[in-house]
Amino acid sequence: MKANEETRDQGRLDFLKTAAVATVGALACGSLNCSCSKKPATPPPSGDKVKLLSPEGEIVEVDSAYLNHQEHMAIVSKLEAREGIAGKKFVMVVDLSRCKNARKCVNACQKWHYRPEDTEWLSVKLMKDSDKGAPYWFPKQCFHCDNPPCVKVCPVDATFKRSDGLVLIDNERCIGCKFCMAACPYSTRVFNWDEPDVPTYLKDQPYSPETGIPARVGTVEKCDFCPDRSREGLLPPCVEACPNGVFYFGDENEDIVTNGDETVSFSQLIRDGGAYRFMEELGTKPRVYYLPPKNRQFPVERGYEALPDKLKDRFRDVMEGKSHD
Amino acid sequence: MELNEYQKELFEKQRPTIEKFSLRNWAWTIFFLMWIGFGGYALYLQIAVGHTVTGMRDNVVWGLYIANFIFFIGISYAGAVISGILHILEVEWRKPIIRIAEMITVISTIIGPIFILLCIGRLDRLHHLFLYPRLQSPITWDVFAIGTYFSGSVIFLYLAIIKDFAILRDANLNVPKWKKRLYKFFAIGYRGTHGQKRHIRISTNLMAIMIVPLAIIVHSVLSWIFGMTLRPGWHSTIFGPYFVLAAIYSGTGVLIMAMWVYRKMYKLHSYLLDKHFIFLGYIMMVLGAGYGYFTFSEYLTDWFASEKWNAEVIEKLFNPAKYGWWFLYSNLFGILIPIFVVAIPATRKPNWIALASFFMVIALWIKRYLIIVPTLESPLLPMEDTRMEYVKYHATWVEWALTLAGVATFFLFFTLISKFIPIIPISEFSNKEAKPKTGNQTVTETTTNPA
Repeated sequence: MKANEETRDQGRLDFLKTAAVATVGALACGSLNCSCSKKPATPPPSGDKVKLLSPEGEIVEVDSAYLNHQEHMAIVSKLEAREGIAGKKFVMVVDLSRCKNARKCVNACQKWHYRPEDTEWLSVKLMKDSDKGAPYWFPKQCFHCDNPPCVKVCPVDATFKRSDGLVLIDNERCIGCKFCMAACPYSTRVFNWDEPDVPTYLKDQPYSPETGIPARVGTVEKCDFCPDRSREGLLPPCVEACPNGVFYFGDENEDIVTNGDETVSFSQLIRDGGAYRFMEELGTKPRVYYLPPKNRQFPVERGYEALPDKLKDRFRDVMEGKSHD
Repeated sequence: MELNEYQKELFEKQRPTIEKFSLRNWAWTIFFLMWIGFGGYALYLQIAVGHTVTGMRDNVVWGLYIANFIFFIGISYAGAVISGILHILEVEWRKPIIRIAEMITVISTIIGPIFILLCIGRLDRLHHLFLYPRLQSPITWDVFAIGTYFSGSVIFLYLAIIKDFAILRDANLNVPKWKKRLYKFFAIGYRGTHGQKRHIRISTNLMAIMIVPLAIIVHSVLSWIFGMTLRPGWHSTIFGPYFVLAAIYSGTGVLIMAMWVYRKMYKLHSYLLDKHFIFLGYIMMVLGAGYGYFTFSEYLTDWFASEKWNAEVIEKLFNPAKYGWWFLYSNLFGILIPIFVVAIPATRKPNWIALASFFMVIALWIKRYLIIVPTLESPLLPMEDTRMEYVKYHATWVEWALTLAGVATFFLFFTLISKFIPIIPISEFSNKEAKPKTGNQTVTETTTNPA
C-alpha cells in the first residue's frame, strides 16, 4: 500500500514537470496553493525543483517537497475534460477465459470511486448464452461506445463523447432526467437516489467530469475509465487489481494494451484471440472487446463457492438451477 | 352584446353557477386542496430526501410519473384534436361541447408536464434545458413541442371565450368587483362589430388548422422518447401513430365523462343532449377500433417473431402471475367493451357510454404503465440484483399521493373554471341547438357562420 502511494506521488510529480512546460500551470498552481494551505508545517526542501506556470503567466520554480499528491484532484479544466486527452483512443480488452470472479476489480473500483457497497460501476455478471451452454464470468464496465445511445438522448449535453473515445458525465450539468439510463442497453449507468456518501475531505474538492468526485444527489454516474489516472500515467484500478490479468487497457492509436504484467499489440490480441464486442448487433460500437471464454483457466464454480451468501444470491438461479422468484 | 332568446335562456341557466359558490363547491374545493396538499408534502419529501422515497431504481428509472405524463398529455387531445377537427369540418353539434373539450386540453396540458418534472432528479437545474439544449435529444423536442402546443391550446380556448367574456361583462352579474374587472380585461373590448367577428372567425379557423398537426407532433415526439431507445417493447416504428391514436381515444373518453358529470351536476340536459353522447360514442368506437388494430399488430408481430428480448417482455404481459391480468383488462375494457357498448343499440345510451368511457380511460392509463414498467424490468443483461426494489418496481405512497394530487388538480381546475366562465358557450348558441331534438339529427344550420 505504502509503495503504491509512493508510485502515485512519483507519477504526480512526473506529471507536474511536464505540466509546467505544457502550460496547464494555472490549475497545477491551484493544486499547489491547496496543498500549501492544507499543510502548514513546511517539510524540508528536497532540492528537486519543479517548474510551474503561475496564474500571472510566469514560470516559477518550486521545490518538489512543497508539492503533495492530491488524489482525485481535478488536473484539467472542465472544458479540457470535455475535449479528451489529445492523440489517445482508449480501448479495453477483457479476456473472459481468465476471469474467476475474484471480484478484486470490483472492490478496487468501489474503493477508488468511493462507491457504496451495492452500487457498482463495474460488475461481474454470470452469463449463460444458451440453455446447454456453460456459464462464464463476465466483467462489465461502461463500454464507452463510439455510437453511444446515452449521449444521443441527453437533453443538456451533460454526458458527452470525447476525442479519446471516453464517454463521461458532467454531474454539475446533469438534470437527472434518467433518459440516458433508459437509453443505455447495457444497464451501465447508476443514479444517486439519495445524498451519496462522500468522505468529508472530498466534499469540497473542485469537481471534474474526469474524477467524478464529489458525487451528487439526483445525478447519473458510471464507469469513466479513470482518465485522471491515465493523465498520471497510471492504469485504472480494476486493471491493476486483477490477479489474473483479465483486463487489458491501452490506446488504439498506439496499438498497445497492457494488463499490468504484459504489454501486447492490441490488434494482434483481438485478432489472435478472436475478440468480439458485446451485442455488436445493437450498433453501439463499444470500445470494449471480449476474448471468448474458451480454454478457461478456472472452473466457473471457483468464482461462486467462495462468495458470501449475499453475493451468491445473485447467481443462484444459474448456478443451482433455481429461480430468483 | 345582444342576445337572442335562446342565448338569454342559456345565460340565465348558467347564471347561478357563475354567481354562487355553493357549499358543495366549497366542500369539493377543500377536498381537492387537501389532496393537493398531501401531494405537496410528498413532493417536499422527494426533494428533501431524494428520489429514494419513490419506487424508481436503477433498472426501472421511470414509473408512475411518466405514465401519468403520457396519460394527461393524451387526454388533452379532447380539445385539440376532437374540437379542432369538428371545428374545421363545421360540425354544428360540436358547439355545446367545445368549451368542455378545450378546458380538458388546457388543464391537462398544465398537469402533464408537472409529472415529467417530478421524474427529474435536479429540479434546481431545469434552466439547463434552455442554457445547453441539445437538438438531437427527444426531450428537447418535447420541451419545444409541448410549449408550443400549450400556447396554441390556450389561444384556441381563449378565442372561443372572448365573446362570452363580453356577454359576462355586459350582463349585470352579481359577482365581486375583481371578477367583473377580469371579464372586462379578457373581453378585450369586444363589441360584436363586423370586423371583430371576422377577426375571431379567421383566427379560430387558423388555430383549429394549426392545433391538429401540433397535437400529432406532441404525442409522436413523446412516443419517440421510448421509440428511439434500444429497448424491447419500445423500439417500434408504430409508436408514433399508436400513441397519437391512443391519446385521441382517451381524450374522447374523458370528454364524455366530463359531459356526463356536468350534465348531471348543473342539470344541462337540454343542452348536452343524448345525441352528443352518441355522436362522441361513434367517434370513440372508431378510434377504439383503430387503437385495437394498432395494439394487435404491435403485440402480434413481437409475439410471433419472438425475438429473445421482445419475447421476455411479451411473456411478462401474457403471464397471469406477472402483468397478465392488467394486460387483459387494458385490452378488454380499453378496446372491446367500448366498441360493443356503442355498437349495440340497447347500450347506446349516455349512461352506458359514460360508464364504458370511464373504464376505458382507466384501461388506457394501465396501458401506459404496461408500456413503461415491464420493458424497464427486462434489461438486456441479467439484473443479478439482490435488492428486490431494484428488480421489481412498486410505486410508493409518495408516487401515488402525487398521482392523486394530479387528478385532484384536474378536478379543482375544472370546478374553479366553471365558476368563472360558462361551461356551455353562450355566444355560439343559435336556436336550433337549444331545443332537444329527436329523429333527424343531420339537420344543418342555414346560417353558415354562427359568429
